[in-house]
Amino acid sequence: MTQSVVVQVGQCGNQIGCCFWDLALREHAAVNQKGVYDEAISSFFRNVDTRVVGDGGSISKGKICSLKARAVLIDMEEGVVNEILQGPLRDVFDTKQLITDISGSGNNWAVGHRVFGSLYQDQVLEKLRKSAEHCDCLQCFFIIHSMGGGTGSGLGTFLLKMLEDEFPEVYRFVTSIYPSGEDDVITSPYNSILAMKELNEHADCVLPIDNQSLFDIISKIDLMVNSGKLGTTVKPKSLVTSSSGALKTRHQKPFDAMNNIVANLLLNLTSSARFEGSLNMDLNEISMNLVPFPQLHYLVSSLTPLYTLTDVNIPPRRLDQMFSDAFSKDHQLLRADPKHSLYLACALMVRGNVQISDLRRNIERLKPSLQFVSWNQEGWKTSLCSIPPVGHSHSLLALANNTCVKPTFMELKERFMRLYKKKAHLHHYLQVEGMEESCFTEAVSSLSALIQEYNQLDATKNMPVQDLPRLSIAM
Amino acid sequence: MSIVTVQLGQCGNQIGFEVFDALLRDSQSSHGLCCKRENEAYQASCKERFFSEEENGVPIARAVLVDMEPKVINQTLSKAAQSGRWKYGQHACFCQKQGSGNNWAYGYSVHGPRHEESIMNLIRKEVEKCDSFSGFFIIMSMAGGTGSGIGAFVTQNLQDQYSNSLKMNQIIWPYGTGEVIVQNYNSILTLSHLYRSSDALLVHENDAVHKICAKLMNIKQISFSDINQVLAHQLGSVFQPTYSAESSFHYRRNPLGDLMEHLVPHPEFKMLSVRNVPHMSENSLAYSTFTWAGLLKHLRQMLISNAKMEEGIDWHVRPPSSGLPSLGKKSLNKDLHFNTSIANLVILRGKDVQSADVEGFKDPALYTSWLEPVNAFNVWKTQRAFSKYEKSAVLVSNSQFLVKPLDMIVGKAWNMFASKAYIHQYTKFGIEEEDFLDSFTSLEQVVASYCNL
Repeated sequence: MTQSVVVQVGQCGNQIGCCFWDLALREHAAVNQKGVYDEAISSFFRNVDTRVVGDGGSISKGKICSLKARAVLIDMEEGVVNEILQGPLRDVFDTKQLITDISGSGNNWAVGHRVFGSLYQDQVLEKLRKSAEHCDCLQCFFIIHSMGGGTGSGLGTFLLKMLEDEFPEVYRFVTSIYPSGEDDVITSPYNSILAMKELNEHADCVLPIDNQSLFDIISKIDLMVNSGKLGTTVKPKSLVTSSSGALKTRHQKPFDAMNNIVANLLLNLTSSARFEGSLNMDLNEISMNLVPFPQLHYLVSSLTPLYTLTDVNIPPRRLDQMFSDAFSKDHQLLRADPKHSLYLACALMVRGNVQISDLRRNIERLKPSLQFVSWNQEGWKTSLCSIPPVGHSHSLLALANNTCVKPTFMELKERFMRLYKKKAHLHHYLQVEGMEESCFTEAVSSLSALIQEYNQLDATKNMPVQDLPRLSIAM
Repeated sequence: MSIVTVQLGQCGNQIGFEVFDALLRDSQSSHGLCCKRENEAYQASCKERFFSEEENGVPIARAVLVDMEPKVINQTLSKAAQSGRWKYGQHACFCQKQGSGNNWAYGYSVHGPRHEESIMNLIRKEVEKCDSFSGFFIIMSMAGGTGSGIGAFVTQNLQDQYSNSLKMNQIIWPYGTGEVIVQNYNSILTLSHLYRSSDALLVHENDAVHKICAKLMNIKQISFSDINQVLAHQLGSVFQPTYSAESSFHYRRNPLGDLMEHLVPHPEFKMLSVRNVPHMSENSLAYSTFTWAGLLKHLRQMLISNAKMEEGIDWHVRPPSSGLPSLGKKSLNKDLHFNTSIANLVILRGKDVQSADVEGFKDPALYTSWLEPVNAFNVWKTQRAFSKYEKSAVLVSNSQFLVKPLDMIVGKAWNMFASKAYIHQYTKFGIEEEDFLDSFTSLEQVVASYCNL
């Protein structure tokens, strides 16, 4: 069994990270009734004997003593991290896993990347090395950050290059919150595009998410919960937004519900690697199957169901509805419509009491309405994990490598160009040592190249699929 | 003689468990429909082939379990132990922490060499436990990374280190859609390598077995457990003991050797398939009766028309009349979807087996011209019934059964290869484009050879 380390950077990254650890504890508590430290828990948590002073005290088997998250928390302001350390999760984090500063990055990628990058480079490396040493077999770094700010965006992406150099065999999965249209940070297009160049070059897999989509999903849930449909009630724990049963017992911030969705995404992504099932899917298989070309590693995700009704008997029709919903644009965590764009590859990660025949039936049913690229007409990767998420009897996470990410990138580029043409706010960046205008032009051309790749694929969309001539053998 | 089974990857281990379970359950069952002495001989023979014994009498499977991550092996070991009737050897497994990531190159070029010594040591220990060793039965899938990549690597090693022993690879052909995206790449790499180092490839297609579960067994929500149990039933009906000839008084001693001798007369043609009749749910079985004539008629037509199961057989397909010259015969075969065989083996188990008439399988029109039917067809029998079926027949066939699926996989892999999609994942670990081209060439050769029968 392998371990993963979560690196949460910036305000957004740490808030989401906090929700993630909360829900992870809840999930393992539900599955692991006996309190024994097993391999599943060890993928995200260390078992530590708190009586031992210093760095030792790791216990590898037996009863759970004290669980410590395999996490590194980084923020250039103290507010968020301090709150975490004073909140109910304070015991889950090691004080030695934190890196904070006071002044913040001022929503400036250059400050995050270059100033704090060089300032904290050694410290960050040391913390990462320590957390890697605590792992028996480290498979993956999960980086959580936002693209629009300064720390998460700048310092977060600085880390990527460091991780690639220092731990070349360990996967880098990045969960990136992209700025929505009505973002209140004016410089978010600059920050995002500068960060995208780093994601293009140094990430193995990126899960782009935007706040607007998360917000829309919450509105949808609220509508369902409050609509008072006759005879149906929603199970509270089952809301993909809820922390019911977790340590944080009330929504402390307006973003908590949205962050829980992302937390659930990460839990479901790793479920088949942690728990048993009849068709396992490890994290390295995600990259292998969903990344046909190194640059095209952006995966649009969708989670279903968003809630479970207390109706215990779930006939197959409901199960099929779960599959249909996964492809609807209302369930995507990014504003995107995969159904009307071109699929390069698609992964369906199912949890709970679902069997291979249910999976096959739904793939057959949905295939005709989806367009796959000509060389990957059967581009499906599937997994079945026996353990469902808390509050559900089954769930589905769909990951799509699909050209529907293109509009997000194109919009971002447009917003960038509107600012850049007027050189608005540029001086804040250029006054940072090492930053020049060429950084901007390189970043935007990197994005343009990516958009062009997607364009080329889209051009093949409605062409008939032709079988290429095969090798002929002389008999 | 004993067979050592090597179970590789999630698929190999999940199936391996079901196979041993089915074999033992059948050998210990009281529905043998024969006398006690007969039953005891059957049990003893089955045990010798597949199990060794512990001090307290619990049979231990002659198996080596290999996987690159621990979850499945742990599950398999505990399921066996829980059954109470048999178990796996304590030190019979090799496990690592991180899987092969569905990457054939990683399995073959990284995991294989890295763990070669440990895995071969385990195998050697298991072989040494056998008084008399027949050969290896290697269970693996083609679609993933461990079963396929390490399976190919291990088979090659076995060829080098045990050149006098036989190797049969049980290969699981993935579903046409929806298992692993790079399954076609992994499959062609596996098949081309195995073709060089294995002695016979026994192929089971997930799609076909799935249909058996749906149509014949009437299972509503089919799980991999169900599929593996059908598979185990088919394998059990091939590998359980049989007599070699009409008047023989003991069970055949070298099943692998005899299988190879009868079914693989030429190294260019190694692909074997299994079809069995009857196959149904226990509920239906209680209300059914069978005649040998009926069963064999269906089995023969399944062979001729390339049907994978007993339902939906196309009765219009007929063997060509032998009067036509051989050239005409070939084109006619293609039009009629007639399935030409190189060699066939029919195994009959159950009541009144001596009265079963297999003349229909000796028709020269069924076979390619380069073997006499008397050499191309064999039949093995035992009165001892298998797994609650009063009468059962299984056909192991070396024929054109697999040409179409193989052609499809090669075609899809070729289309993907032309766009160079995913190739960087393989070159990262040392499998270059030339290796792919070599594989394509070998398999096109195999397809052409089978087509031209």
